[in-house]
Amino acid sequence: MTEKMLVFEGITKIFNPGTQDEKRALNQIDLDVRAGDFITIIGSNGAGKSTLLNVIAGTHQAEEGRLIIDQKDVTKTPDYKMAAYISRVFQSPTMGTAGEMTIAENLSLADCRGKRRGLKWGVTRARKKRFRELLKMLELGLEDRLNQAVGLLSGGQRQSLTLLMATLSLPKLLLLDEHTAALDPRTAAKVSELTNRMVEENQLTALMVTHNMKQAIRSGNRMIMLHEGKVRFDVRGKEKENLTVEEVVKRFGATLKDESLLS
Amino acid sequence: MVVLSILPIGLQQGLAYALVALGIAITFRVLAFPDLTVDGSFPLGGAVAARLIFEGMDPTLATLAALVAGFIAGSLTGILNTRLKINSLLAGILMMTILYSVNLRIMGRANIQLLYKSTVFTFMENMDVVRFVPVILFFFLITAVVKILVDLFLHTEYGMALRATGDNEDMIRSLGVNTDNATVFGLGLSNGLVALSGALVAQDQGFADVGMGIGMIVAGLASIIIGEALIKPKTVFRLTLAAVFGSVLYRFIISLGLRLGLAPTDLKMATGFMVILALGVPAFKKTREGKIHLRGV
Repeated sequence: MTEKMLVFEGITKIFNPGTQDEKRALNQIDLDVRAGDFITIIGSNGAGKSTLLNVIAGTHQAEEGRLIIDQKDVTKTPDYKMAAYISRVFQSPTMGTAGEMTIAENLSLADCRGKRRGLKWGVTRARKKRFRELLKMLELGLEDRLNQAVGLLSGGQRQSLTLLMATLSLPKLLLLDEHTAALDPRTAAKVSELTNRMVEENQLTALMVTHNMKQAIRSGNRMIMLHEGKVRFDVRGKEKENLTVEEVVKRFGATLKDESLLS
Repeated sequence: MVVLSILPIGLQQGLAYALVALGIAITFRVLAFPDLTVDGSFPLGGAVAARLIFEGMDPTLATLAALVAGFIAGSLTGILNTRLKINSLLAGILMMTILYSVNLRIMGRANIQLLYKSTVFTFMENMDVVRFVPVILFFFLITAVVKILVDLFLHTEYGMALRATGDNEDMIRSLGVNTDNATVFGLGLSNGLVALSGALVAQDQGFADVGMGIGMIVAGLASIIIGEALIKPKTVFRLTLAAVFGSVLYRFIISLGLRLGLAPTDLKMATGFMVILALGVPAFKKTREGKIHLRGV
Protein backbone atom coordinates (compact mmCIF):
# COMPACT_ATOMS: atom_id res chain seq x y z
CA MET A 1 0.00 0.00 0.00
CA THR A 2 2.92 2.35 -0.37
CA GLU A 3 2.69 2.84 -4.14
CA LYS A 4 1.98 6.33 -5.39
CA MET A 5 -1.64 6.71 -6.43
CA LEU A 6 -1.47 10.36 -7.41
CA VAL A 7 1.50 12.53 -8.26
CA PHE A 8 1.59 16.28 -8.94
CA GLU A 9 4.77 17.39 -10.69
CA GLY A 10 5.06 21.17 -10.70
CA ILE A 11 1.40 21.70 -11.53
CA THR A 12 0.51 25.29 -12.34
CA LYS A 13 -2.98 26.48 -13.16
CA ILE A 14 -3.44 30.03 -14.42
CA PHE A 15 -6.86 31.58 -14.95
CA ASN A 16 -7.30 34.26 -17.61
CA PRO A 17 -3.65 34.08 -18.70
CA GLY A 18 -2.32 37.22 -20.36
CA THR A 19 -5.11 39.46 -19.12
CA GLN A 20 -5.40 41.89 -16.24
CA ASP A 21 -7.39 39.32 -14.32
CA GLU A 22 -4.60 36.76 -14.56
CA LYS A 23 -4.54 34.57 -11.46
CA ARG A 24 -2.19 31.78 -10.53
CA ALA A 25 -4.60 29.49 -8.72
CA LEU A 26 -2.01 26.75 -8.38
CA ASN A 27 1.67 27.60 -8.36
CA GLN A 28 4.21 24.84 -9.04
CA ILE A 29 2.56 22.28 -6.81
CA ASP A 30 4.38 19.04 -6.07
CA LEU A 31 2.45 16.42 -4.21
CA ASP A 32 2.65 12.65 -3.70
CA VAL A 33 -0.42 10.77 -2.59
CA ARG A 34 0.03 7.17 -1.55
CA ALA A 35 -2.60 4.51 -2.07
CA GLY A 36 -4.84 4.43 0.98
CA ASP A 37 -4.12 8.00 1.98
CA PHE A 38 -7.06 10.04 3.21
CA ILE A 39 -5.97 13.63 2.87
CA THR A 40 -7.91 16.60 4.13
CA ILE A 41 -7.28 19.93 2.45
CA ILE A 42 -7.80 23.29 4.15
CA GLY A 43 -7.08 26.86 3.21
CA SER A 44 -8.82 30.20 3.04
CA ASN A 45 -11.06 31.26 0.17
CA GLY A 46 -9.15 31.49 -3.08
CA ALA A 47 -6.28 29.37 -1.80
CA GLY A 48 -6.75 26.94 -4.69
CA LYS A 49 -8.50 24.06 -2.93
CA SER A 50 -11.28 23.59 -5.44
CA THR A 51 -8.93 24.27 -8.35
CA LEU A 52 -6.73 21.45 -7.08
CA LEU A 53 -9.66 19.02 -7.25
CA ASN A 54 -10.78 20.44 -10.60
CA VAL A 55 -7.34 19.82 -12.09
CA ILE A 56 -7.34 16.24 -10.82
CA ALA A 57 -10.82 15.66 -12.20
CA GLY A 58 -9.91 17.11 -15.59
CA THR A 59 -12.45 19.93 -15.32
CA HIS A 60 -9.49 22.29 -15.61
CA GLN A 61 -6.29 21.44 -17.45
CA ALA A 62 -3.01 22.57 -15.94
CA GLU A 63 -0.82 25.01 -17.90
CA GLU A 64 2.38 23.50 -16.58
CA GLY A 65 3.43 20.29 -14.93
CA ARG A 66 2.38 16.66 -15.05
CA LEU A 67 -0.46 14.85 -13.36
CA ILE A 68 -0.04 11.12 -12.83
CA ILE A 69 -2.69 8.78 -11.51
CA ASP A 70 -1.74 5.17 -10.82
CA GLN A 71 1.37 5.53 -13.00
CA LYS A 72 -0.57 6.92 -15.96
CA ASP A 73 -0.02 10.44 -17.25
CA VAL A 74 -3.47 12.01 -17.27
CA THR A 75 -2.45 15.66 -17.61
CA LYS A 76 -4.41 16.11 -20.84
CA THR A 77 -7.22 13.63 -20.27
CA PRO A 78 -10.70 15.21 -20.62
CA ASP A 79 -13.02 15.19 -17.62
CA TYR A 80 -15.44 12.49 -18.76
CA LYS A 81 -12.58 10.05 -19.31
CA MET A 82 -11.23 10.71 -15.82
CA ALA A 83 -14.33 8.99 -14.53
CA ALA A 84 -12.51 5.70 -15.02
CA TYR A 85 -10.20 6.67 -12.13
CA ILE A 86 -12.10 9.20 -10.10
CA SER A 87 -15.38 9.80 -8.43
CA ARG A 88 -16.35 13.06 -6.91
CA VAL A 89 -18.87 14.44 -4.44
CA PHE A 90 -19.70 18.13 -4.73
CA GLN A 91 -20.83 20.67 -2.19
CA SER A 92 -24.42 20.94 -3.33
CA PRO A 93 -26.48 17.75 -2.96
CA THR A 94 -28.27 18.58 -6.22
CA MET A 95 -25.01 18.47 -8.18
CA GLY A 96 -24.24 14.82 -7.67
CA THR A 97 -27.58 13.28 -8.57
CA ALA A 98 -30.15 13.47 -11.36
CA GLY A 99 -33.25 14.80 -9.58
CA GLU A 100 -35.90 13.57 -11.98
CA MET A 101 -34.55 10.04 -12.10
CA THR A 102 -35.18 7.41 -9.45
CA ILE A 103 -32.80 6.28 -6.71
CA ALA A 104 -32.26 2.96 -8.50
CA GLU A 105 -31.58 4.74 -11.80
CA ASN A 106 -29.08 7.10 -10.20
CA LEU A 107 -27.24 4.20 -8.60
CA SER A 108 -27.24 2.34 -11.93
CA LEU A 109 -25.78 5.39 -13.65
CA ALA A 110 -23.02 5.41 -11.04
CA ASP A 111 -22.52 1.65 -11.35
CA CYS A 112 -21.50 2.21 -15.00
CA ARG A 113 -19.00 4.91 -14.07
CA GLY A 114 -16.15 5.01 -16.58
CA LYS A 115 -17.45 1.93 -18.41
CA ARG A 116 -18.96 1.60 -21.87
CA ARG A 117 -22.69 2.11 -21.81
CA GLY A 118 -24.59 0.04 -24.32
CA LEU A 119 -28.11 -1.16 -24.91
CA LYS A 120 -28.19 -3.41 -21.87
CA TRP A 121 -31.09 -2.87 -19.51
CA GLY A 122 -30.16 -0.22 -16.95
CA VAL A 123 -31.87 -1.09 -13.68
CA THR A 124 -31.56 -4.88 -13.59
CA ARG A 125 -33.03 -7.08 -10.89
CA ALA A 126 -29.55 -8.04 -9.70
CA ARG A 127 -28.61 -4.39 -9.38
CA LYS A 128 -31.76 -3.57 -7.44
CA LYS A 129 -31.04 -6.36 -5.00
CA ARG A 130 -27.49 -5.12 -4.49
CA PHE A 131 -28.59 -1.49 -4.15
CA ARG A 132 -31.16 -2.43 -1.53
CA GLU A 133 -28.45 -4.08 0.60
CA LEU A 134 -26.13 -1.09 0.23
CA LEU A 135 -28.85 1.45 0.99
CA LYS A 136 -29.69 -0.40 4.21
CA MET A 137 -26.24 0.54 5.50
CA LEU A 138 -27.15 4.23 5.24
CA GLU A 139 -30.00 3.63 7.73
CA LEU A 140 -32.14 6.25 6.04
CA GLY A 141 -34.91 3.95 4.86
CA LEU A 142 -33.96 4.57 1.23
CA GLU A 143 -33.95 0.83 0.49
CA ASP A 144 -37.75 0.96 0.35
CA ARG A 145 -37.80 3.98 -1.98
CA LEU A 146 -35.77 2.65 -4.92
CA ASN A 147 -38.35 3.77 -7.49
CA GLN A 148 -38.81 7.28 -6.13
CA ALA A 149 -37.33 10.32 -7.84
CA VAL A 150 -34.20 11.59 -6.10
CA GLY A 151 -35.64 15.11 -6.18
CA LEU A 152 -38.00 14.06 -3.38
CA LEU A 153 -35.14 13.38 -0.95
CA SER A 154 -33.79 15.81 1.64
CA GLY A 155 -30.34 17.35 1.22
CA GLY A 156 -28.73 14.97 3.69
CA GLN A 157 -30.36 11.91 2.13
CA ARG A 158 -29.31 13.09 -1.30
CA GLN A 159 -25.71 13.66 -0.23
CA SER A 160 -25.56 10.26 1.47
CA LEU A 161 -26.83 8.71 -1.76
CA THR A 162 -24.19 10.64 -3.74
CA LEU A 163 -21.54 9.28 -1.42
CA LEU A 164 -22.80 5.75 -1.96
CA MET A 165 -22.82 6.36 -5.73
CA ALA A 166 -19.25 7.64 -5.57
CA THR A 167 -17.98 4.52 -3.85
CA LEU A 168 -20.15 2.03 -5.77
CA SER A 169 -17.60 0.90 -8.31
CA LEU A 170 -14.48 1.49 -6.29
CA PRO A 171 -12.62 4.52 -7.68
CA LYS A 172 -8.85 4.86 -7.55
CA LEU A 173 -9.42 8.31 -6.12
CA LEU A 174 -12.35 9.80 -4.24
CA LEU A 175 -12.62 13.57 -4.36
CA LEU A 176 -14.79 15.29 -1.76
CA ASP A 177 -15.36 18.97 -2.42
CA GLU A 178 -16.76 20.53 0.79
CA HIS A 179 -19.44 17.89 0.52
CA THR A 180 -20.90 18.59 3.97
CA ALA A 181 -20.83 22.39 3.77
CA ALA A 182 -24.38 22.80 2.49
CA LEU A 183 -25.93 20.57 5.16
CA ASP A 184 -27.22 21.48 8.61
CA PRO A 185 -24.72 20.68 11.41
CA ARG A 186 -26.37 17.45 12.55
CA THR A 187 -26.72 16.06 9.03
CA ALA A 188 -23.22 17.24 8.18
CA ALA A 189 -21.83 15.29 11.13
CA LYS A 190 -23.69 12.18 10.00
CA VAL A 191 -22.52 12.43 6.40
CA SER A 192 -19.01 13.14 7.63
CA GLU A 193 -19.08 10.01 9.75
CA LEU A 194 -20.45 8.01 6.84
CA THR A 195 -17.60 9.31 4.69
CA ASN A 196 -14.96 8.17 7.16
CA ARG A 197 -16.61 4.77 7.39
CA MET A 198 -16.82 4.29 3.64
CA VAL A 199 -13.26 5.37 2.99
CA GLU A 200 -12.04 3.05 5.73
CA GLU A 201 -14.16 0.04 4.77
CA ASN A 202 -13.25 0.26 1.10
CA GLN A 203 -9.64 1.33 1.76
CA LEU A 204 -10.06 4.21 -0.65
CA THR A 205 -7.58 6.90 -1.49
CA ALA A 206 -9.39 10.15 -0.83
CA LEU A 207 -8.91 13.89 -0.96
CA MET A 208 -11.34 15.99 1.03
CA VAL A 209 -11.58 19.76 0.83
CA THR A 210 -13.23 21.22 3.88
CA HIS A 211 -13.89 24.56 5.50
CA ASN A 212 -14.29 22.93 8.85
CA MET A 213 -11.00 22.70 10.72
CA LYS A 214 -12.28 20.18 13.24
CA GLN A 215 -13.42 17.90 10.45
CA ALA A 216 -10.07 18.33 8.72
CA ILE A 217 -8.19 17.31 11.84
CA ARG A 218 -10.48 14.48 12.84
CA SER A 219 -10.72 12.84 9.41
CA GLY A 220 -7.99 11.14 7.44
CA ASN A 221 -4.32 10.41 8.00
CA ARG A 222 -2.85 13.51 6.43
CA MET A 223 -3.72 17.17 6.19
CA ILE A 224 -2.41 19.80 3.82
CA MET A 225 -2.98 23.51 3.90
CA LEU A 226 -3.00 25.52 0.70
CA HIS A 227 -2.24 29.20 0.58
CA GLU A 228 -2.03 31.33 -2.55
CA GLY A 229 -1.68 28.30 -4.77
CA LYS A 230 1.07 26.63 -2.77
CA VAL A 231 1.22 23.88 -0.17
CA ARG A 232 1.98 25.76 3.04
CA PHE A 233 1.66 22.97 5.59
CA ASP A 234 1.72 19.19 5.18
CA VAL A 235 1.26 17.01 8.21
CA ARG A 236 0.63 13.28 8.56
CA GLY A 237 0.56 10.26 10.84
CA LYS A 238 1.23 10.74 14.54
CA GLU A 239 1.92 14.41 14.17
CA LYS A 240 -1.51 14.95 12.61
CA GLU A 241 -3.23 12.87 15.27
CA ASN A 242 -1.84 15.16 17.96
CA LEU A 243 -2.79 18.30 16.07
CA THR A 244 -5.36 20.65 17.62
CA VAL A 245 -7.39 23.48 16.16
CA GLU A 246 -5.72 25.91 18.56
CA GLU A 247 -2.27 24.93 17.40
CA VAL A 248 -3.12 25.41 13.74
CA VAL A 249 -4.69 28.77 14.50
CA LYS A 250 -1.63 29.81 16.51
CA ARG A 251 0.73 28.92 13.70
CA PHE A 252 -1.33 30.02 10.74
CA GLY A 253 -3.87 32.41 12.19
CA ALA A 254 -2.48 35.23 10.08
CA THR A 255 -2.91 33.36 6.80
CA LEU A 256 -6.21 31.77 7.75
CA LYS A 257 -8.20 34.94 8.05
CA ASP A 258 -11.26 33.11 6.91
CA GLU A 259 -13.51 33.01 9.96
CA SER A 260 -15.59 30.08 8.84
CA LEU A 261 -12.52 27.88 8.92
CA LEU A 262 -12.34 28.22 12.67
CA SER A 263 -15.88 27.14 13.35
CA MET B 1 -72.59 15.13 -35.01
CA VAL B 2 -69.73 17.53 -35.66
CA VAL B 3 -67.63 15.72 -33.09
CA LEU B 4 -68.35 12.35 -34.69
CA SER B 5 -67.48 13.54 -38.16
CA ILE B 6 -64.04 14.74 -37.10
CA LEU B 7 -63.17 11.50 -35.30
CA PRO B 8 -61.47 9.71 -38.22
CA ILE B 9 -59.56 12.74 -39.50
CA GLY B 10 -58.49 13.78 -35.99
CA LEU B 11 -57.34 10.28 -35.11
CA GLN B 12 -55.55 9.75 -38.41
CA GLN B 13 -53.69 13.06 -38.28
CA GLY B 14 -53.04 12.84 -34.57
CA LEU B 15 -51.36 9.46 -34.93
CA ALA B 16 -49.55 10.49 -38.12
CA TYR B 17 -47.98 13.47 -36.37
CA ALA B 18 -47.50 11.68 -33.04
CA LEU B 19 -43.97 10.76 -34.08
CA VAL B 20 -43.19 14.48 -34.34
CA ALA B 21 -44.44 15.00 -30.79
CA LEU B 22 -42.36 12.00 -29.65
CA GLY B 23 -39.29 13.46 -31.34
CA ILE B 24 -39.86 16.84 -29.73
CA ALA B 25 -40.38 15.17 -26.35
CA ILE B 26 -36.94 13.55 -26.72
CA THR B 27 -35.17 16.85 -27.40
CA PHE B 28 -37.14 19.32 -25.27
CA ARG B 29 -38.15 17.11 -22.38
CA VAL B 30 -35.50 14.39 -22.15
CA LEU B 31 -32.41 16.25 -23.35
CA ALA B 32 -33.61 19.75 -22.31
CA PHE B 33 -32.45 20.90 -25.75
CA PRO B 34 -34.85 23.31 -27.52
CA ASP B 35 -34.33 21.89 -31.00
CA LEU B 36 -35.89 23.80 -33.90
CA THR B 37 -34.50 21.55 -36.65
CA VAL B 38 -37.95 19.90 -36.76
CA ASP B 39 -39.45 22.45 -39.19
CA GLY B 40 -36.76 21.39 -41.67
CA SER B 41 -36.38 17.69 -40.88
CA PHE B 42 -40.11 16.98 -41.29
CA PRO B 43 -40.20 18.11 -44.95
CA LEU B 44 -36.75 16.51 -45.37
CA GLY B 45 -38.36 13.16 -44.60
CA GLY B 46 -41.15 13.90 -47.03
CA ALA B 47 -38.73 15.07 -49.72
CA VAL B 48 -36.37 12.11 -49.45
CA ALA B 49 -39.20 9.55 -49.47
CA ALA B 50 -41.07 11.29 -52.30
CA ARG B 51 -38.01 11.66 -54.54
CA LEU B 52 -36.90 8.07 -54.01
CA ILE B 53 -40.41 6.70 -54.61
CA PHE B 54 -40.68 8.94 -57.66
CA GLU B 55 -37.43 7.41 -58.93
CA GLY B 56 -38.94 3.97 -58.47
CA MET B 57 -37.53 2.84 -55.14
CA ASP B 58 -39.44 0.46 -52.91
CA PRO B 59 -41.60 2.69 -50.63
CA THR B 60 -40.53 0.91 -47.43
CA LEU B 61 -36.86 1.42 -48.25
CA ALA B 62 -37.55 5.03 -49.22
CA THR B 63 -39.25 5.58 -45.85
CA LEU B 64 -36.25 4.13 -44.02
CA ALA B 65 -33.93 6.35 -46.06
CA ALA B 66 -35.99 9.35 -44.92
CA LEU B 67 -35.48 8.29 -41.30
CA VAL B 68 -31.72 8.09 -41.82
CA ALA B 69 -31.69 11.52 -43.50
CA GLY B 70 -33.54 12.99 -40.51
CA PHE B 71 -31.06 11.35 -38.15
CA ILE B 72 -28.16 12.95 -40.03
CA ALA B 73 -29.83 16.38 -40.05
CA GLY B 74 -30.47 16.23 -36.29
CA SER B 75 -26.92 15.05 -35.60
CA LEU B 76 -25.58 18.00 -37.57
CA THR B 77 -27.56 20.40 -35.38
CA GLY B 78 -26.00 18.63 -32.39
CA ILE B 79 -22.53 19.00 -33.87
CA LEU B 80 -23.11 22.73 -34.51
CA ASN B 81 -24.02 23.11 -30.85
CA THR B 82 -21.52 20.81 -29.12
CA ARG B 83 -18.45 21.09 -31.35
CA LEU B 84 -18.78 24.61 -32.79
CA LYS B 85 -20.39 25.93 -29.58
CA ILE B 86 -23.26 27.59 -31.45
CA ASN B 87 -26.26 28.42 -29.25
CA SER B 88 -28.81 25.60 -29.31
CA LEU B 89 -31.68 27.70 -30.68
CA LEU B 90 -29.48 29.24 -33.37
CA ALA B 91 -28.04 25.84 -34.33
CA GLY B 92 -31.58 24.58 -34.93
CA ILE B 93 -32.59 27.67 -36.90
CA LEU B 94 -29.45 27.44 -39.04
CA MET B 95 -30.12 23.78 -39.80
CA MET B 96 -33.80 24.47 -40.51
CA THR B 97 -32.87 27.22 -42.96
CA ILE B 98 -30.20 25.14 -44.68
CA LEU B 99 -32.63 22.24 -44.98
CA TYR B 100 -35.09 24.42 -46.91
CA SER B 101 -32.58 24.64 -49.78
CA VAL B 102 -31.55 21.01 -49.32
CA ASN B 103 -35.18 19.90 -49.58
CA LEU B 104 -35.65 21.89 -52.79
CA ARG B 105 -32.51 20.28 -54.20
CA ILE B 106 -33.63 16.79 -53.20
CA MET B 107 -37.02 17.23 -54.87
CA GLY B 108 -35.70 19.31 -57.76
CA ARG B 109 -38.82 21.48 -57.41
CA ALA B 110 -41.19 22.76 -54.74
CA ASN B 111 -43.32 19.61 -54.60
CA ILE B 112 -43.61 16.06 -55.87
CA GLN B 113 -46.92 14.35 -56.54
CA LEU B 114 -47.18 10.67 -55.59
CA LEU B 115 -50.77 10.02 -56.66
CA TYR B 116 -49.98 7.29 -59.19
CA LYS B 117 -46.95 5.93 -57.40
CA SER B 118 -46.82 2.87 -55.23
CA THR B 119 -46.50 3.91 -51.55
CA VAL B 120 -46.68 2.07 -48.23
CA PHE B 121 -50.42 2.88 -48.30
CA THR B 122 -51.15 1.51 -51.77
CA PHE B 123 -52.21 -1.94 -50.60
CA MET B 124 -54.77 -0.35 -48.26
CA GLU B 125 -56.49 1.38 -51.13
CA ASN B 126 -57.39 -1.97 -52.68
CA MET B 127 -59.11 -3.16 -49.52
CA ASP B 128 -62.85 -3.52 -49.19
CA VAL B 129 -63.17 -0.94 -46.42
CA VAL B 130 -63.14 2.85 -46.21
CA ARG B 131 -59.52 3.94 -46.63
CA PHE B 132 -59.19 5.59 -43.25
CA VAL B 133 -59.75 2.35 -41.33
CA PRO B 134 -56.56 0.55 -42.38
CA VAL B 135 -54.66 3.86 -42.50
CA ILE B 136 -55.55 4.70 -38.91
CA LEU B 137 -54.65 1.16 -37.85
CA PHE B 138 -51.34 1.45 -39.67
CA PHE B 139 -50.45 4.76 -38.02
CA PHE B 140 -51.56 3.41 -34.65
CA LEU B 141 -49.29 0.39 -35.04
CA ILE B 142 -46.28 2.44 -36.14
CA THR B 143 -46.76 4.96 -33.32
CA ALA B 144 -47.24 2.24 -30.70
CA VAL B 145 -44.14 0.33 -31.83
CA VAL B 146 -41.98 3.49 -31.93
CA LYS B 147 -43.29 4.66 -28.54
CA ILE B 148 -42.48 1.32 -26.93
CA LEU B 149 -39.04 1.19 -28.56
CA VAL B 150 -38.27 4.71 -27.32
CA ASP B 151 -39.47 3.73 -23.81
CA LEU B 152 -37.25 0.65 -23.81
CA PHE B 153 -34.26 2.55 -25.17
CA LEU B 154 -34.54 5.23 -22.49
CA HIS B 155 -34.23 2.50 -19.86
CA THR B 156 -31.03 1.02 -21.26
CA GLU B 157 -27.66 2.07 -19.88
CA TYR B 158 -27.08 4.44 -22.78
CA GLY B 159 -30.66 5.69 -22.78
CA MET B 160 -30.39 6.50 -19.07
CA ALA B 161 -27.17 8.40 -19.76
CA LEU B 162 -29.15 10.41 -22.33
CA ARG B 163 -31.81 11.25 -19.75
CA ALA B 164 -29.16 12.19 -17.21
CA THR B 165 -27.57 14.50 -19.81
CA GLY B 166 -30.80 16.50 -19.81
CA ASP B 167 -31.25 16.23 -16.06
CA ASN B 168 -27.77 16.94 -14.72
CA GLU B 169 -25.06 17.23 -17.35
CA ASP B 170 -22.16 17.88 -14.95
CA MET B 171 -23.06 14.82 -12.93
CA ILE B 172 -23.24 12.40 -15.83
CA ARG B 173 -20.02 13.79 -17.31
CA SER B 174 -18.31 13.10 -13.99
CA LEU B 175 -19.61 9.54 -14.35
CA GLY B 176 -17.78 9.15 -17.64
CA VAL B 177 -20.34 10.02 -20.31
CA ASN B 178 -19.30 12.20 -23.22
CA THR B 179 -22.42 14.36 -23.08
CA ASP B 180 -21.57 16.00 -26.41
CA ASN B 181 -21.93 12.66 -28.15
CA ALA B 182 -25.09 11.88 -26.18
CA THR B 183 -26.61 15.20 -27.29
CA VAL B 184 -25.69 14.56 -30.93
CA PHE B 185 -27.22 11.09 -30.80
CA GLY B 186 -30.38 12.29 -29.04
CA LEU B 187 -30.93 15.02 -31.63
CA GLY B 188 -30.35 12.48 -34.40
CA LEU B 189 -32.86 10.07 -32.92
CA SER B 190 -35.45 12.82 -32.47
CA ASN B 191 -35.15 14.17 -36.00
CA GLY B 192 -35.08 10.64 -37.40
CA LEU B 193 -38.55 10.12 -35.94
CA VAL B 194 -39.70 13.52 -37.21
CA ALA B 195 -38.47 12.69 -40.74
CA LEU B 196 -40.15 9.28 -40.54
CA SER B 197 -43.39 11.09 -39.78
CA GLY B 198 -42.76 13.44 -42.72
CA ALA B 199 -42.19 10.50 -45.05
CA LEU B 200 -45.39 8.76 -43.97
CA VAL B 201 -47.51 11.92 -44.08
CA ALA B 202 -46.25 12.72 -47.60
CA GLN B 203 -47.20 9.24 -48.80
CA ASP B 204 -50.57 9.40 -47.05
CA GLN B 205 -51.53 12.77 -48.53
CA GLY B 206 -50.06 11.89 -51.91
CA PHE B 207 -47.44 14.63 -52.19
CA ALA B 208 -44.42 16.17 -50.55
CA ASP B 209 -44.14 19.94 -50.37
CA VAL B 210 -41.22 22.10 -49.34
CA GLY B 211 -43.54 24.08 -47.03
CA MET B 212 -45.05 21.08 -45.24
CA GLY B 213 -42.89 21.62 -42.15
CA ILE B 214 -43.79 25.21 -41.37
CA GLY B 215 -45.09 25.50 -37.82
CA MET B 216 -44.34 21.86 -37.05
CA ILE B 217 -42.33 22.69 -33.92
CA VAL B 218 -45.10 24.87 -32.48
CA ALA B 219 -47.74 22.25 -33.27
CA GLY B 220 -45.59 19.61 -31.60
CA LEU B 221 -45.11 21.76 -28.52
CA ALA B 222 -48.84 22.41 -28.35
CA SER B 223 -49.39 18.63 -28.49
CA ILE B 224 -46.95 18.02 -25.66
CA ILE B 225 -48.44 20.77 -23.49
CA ILE B 226 -51.96 19.40 -24.00
CA GLY B 227 -50.80 15.85 -23.35
CA GLU B 228 -48.91 16.71 -20.19
CA ALA B 229 -51.86 18.67 -18.82
CA LEU B 230 -53.76 15.37 -18.77
CA ILE B 231 -50.98 12.85 -18.15
CA LYS B 232 -48.38 14.00 -15.63
CA PRO B 233 -45.03 12.91 -17.10
CA LYS B 234 -43.68 11.33 -13.94
CA THR B 235 -42.11 8.40 -15.80
CA VAL B 236 -40.68 7.87 -19.28
CA PHE B 237 -43.69 5.72 -20.14
CA ARG B 238 -46.07 8.54 -19.21
CA LEU B 239 -43.93 11.17 -20.92
CA THR B 240 -44.12 9.46 -24.30
CA LEU B 241 -47.77 8.54 -23.74
CA ALA B 242 -48.53 12.21 -23.06
CA ALA B 243 -46.86 13.17 -26.35
CA VAL B 244 -48.93 10.67 -28.35
CA PHE B 245 -52.20 11.52 -26.57
CA GLY B 246 -51.49 15.22 -26.85
CA SER B 247 -50.88 14.91 -30.58
CA VAL B 248 -54.24 13.19 -31.13
CA LEU B 249 -56.07 15.70 -28.93
CA TYR B 250 -54.40 18.64 -30.63
CA ARG B 251 -55.51 17.41 -34.06
CA PHE B 252 -59.04 16.90 -32.72
CA ILE B 253 -59.11 20.47 -31.46
CA ILE B 254 -57.78 21.76 -34.80
CA SER B 255 -60.29 19.71 -36.82
CA LEU B 256 -63.08 20.89 -34.57
CA GLY B 257 -61.95 24.49 -34.96
CA LEU B 258 -61.88 24.18 -38.75
CA ARG B 259 -65.31 22.58 -38.75
CA LEU B 260 -66.63 25.43 -36.61
CA GLY B 261 -65.38 28.05 -39.03
CA LEU B 262 -61.73 28.68 -38.20
CA ALA B 263 -60.03 29.78 -41.42
CA PRO B 264 -57.28 27.28 -42.41
CA THR B 265 -54.98 30.24 -42.97
CA ASP B 266 -55.39 31.23 -39.31
CA LEU B 267 -54.45 27.76 -38.10
CA LYS B 268 -50.83 28.49 -37.22
CA MET B 269 -51.81 31.68 -35.44
CA ALA B 270 -54.38 29.79 -33.38
CA THR B 271 -51.78 27.15 -32.50
CA GLY B 272 -49.30 29.86 -31.55
CA PHE B 273 -51.85 31.48 -29.26
CA MET B 274 -52.58 28.09 -27.73
CA VAL B 275 -48.92 27.62 -26.79
CA ILE B 276 -48.58 31.22 -25.54
CA LEU B 277 -51.68 30.76 -23.41
CA ALA B 278 -50.47 27.48 -21.93
CA LEU B 279 -47.00 28.83 -21.15
CA GLY B 280 -48.13 32.32 -20.20
CA VAL B 281 -51.08 31.76 -17.89
CA PRO B 282 -49.00 30.09 -15.15
CA ALA B 283 -46.88 33.24 -15.00
CA PHE B 284 -49.91 35.08 -13.63
CA LYS B 285 -50.61 32.42 -11.06
CA LYS B 286 -48.78 32.80 -7.80
CA THR B 287 -48.93 29.14 -6.89
CA ARG B 288 -46.07 26.90 -7.81
CA GLU B 289 -48.30 23.96 -8.65
CA GLY B 290 -49.97 26.00 -11.37
CA LYS B 291 -46.72 26.19 -13.25
CA ILE B 292 -46.47 23.90 -16.23
CA HIS B 293 -43.10 22.32 -16.05
CA LEU B 294 -41.91 22.21 -19.63
CA ARG B 295 -38.19 21.80 -19.68
CA GLY B 296 -36.41 23.20 -22.67
CA VAL B 297 -38.97 25.95 -23.23
